Amino acid sequence: MLPSVSRCTRPICLSVARPLAHLRPPMDPDPSRPVETTIRTKLTEKFKPDHLEVHNESHMHAVPPGSESHFRVLVVSSQFVGLPLIQRHRRVNEALKEELSSCVHALAIQAKTPEQWGVDPALGKSPSCMGGSKNDRTVEEKLKAGRE
Amino acid sequence: MNSLIRSTARCMRSGAAVCLLRPADGLVRAASARFLCAAADLQKDLGEMVKKDKVVVFMKGTPAQPMCGFSNAVVQILRMHGVDQYVSYNVLEDQELREGVKVFSNWPTVPQVYFNGEFVGGCDILLQMHQNGDLVDELKKLGIRSALLDAEKESK
Repeated sequence: MLPSVSRCTRPICLSVARPLAHLRPPMDPDPSRPVETTIRTKLTEKFKPDHLEVHNESHMHAVPPGSESHFRVLVVSSQFVGLPLIQRHRRVNEALKEELSSCVHALAIQAKTPEQWGVDPALGKSPSCMGGSKNDRTVEEKLKAGRE
Repeated sequence: MNSLIRSTARCMRSGAAVCLLRPADGLVRAASARFLCAAADLQKDLGEMVKKDKVVVFMKGTPAQPMCGFSNAVVQILRMHGVDQYVSYNVLEDQELREGVKVFSNWPTVPQVYFNGEFVGGCDILLQMHQNGDLVDELKKLGIRSALLDAEKESK
């Protein structure tokens, strides 16, 4: 009974919070979300972004509640001007190299120039999980690394 | 002696940097060297694997039964363009392959897509290429006519 109640309440919270997100001041580091905070810090330092969104999508996957294993990031930076997509993504991967080799199992990336963001200011949507993380030993190890 | 040999084999298969044995130093060094050799062989094999077909995909699961939403997205996008025949490798079946392809591509996640032996990217990049029309052009360079062109033609 309880697990199904928690699944029901979470989407409602997100749909209320999201429209107001751009009105909130920049988020202070949240000690309960160390990986998300680190990702935000590293991407800010590296790309000096015009706009940055870091979303923990772990709840959409077959991992325990409170995990920080699956993320979606949107980085809008003039550093991407003239760079093909693959190079942009490689730079983001490089910035988060440590997290990707330890606790982060999946990273969805949108890397846009300010002009591209101006034309299409939309966050992408991750596909539904197909349970790949369930019974995946390497994901268990990554979750453990994140907690330590 | 038999348990020593079995443990060594497990160490090499898992690719663990730390050997669980405490035998004489000579055996540990030999096991590490064999592990490095196996890893180097895989990198060499991957160089050939990515050229096996015009489109090669490293994914979780198979095109018929993807085991990950991002891998499924790659399969679906290719299918929309009429690309149903390609070589795919299920990394969930082979942990060494799973880690090896990340080193080979210098790319931390799966799925990974190769066109004519060249790394294209993961799910995000393929999706954006599909959305902005680049995928039709890239497939054309491979000698593959996207099914979307025919669909577009029919609708006119």
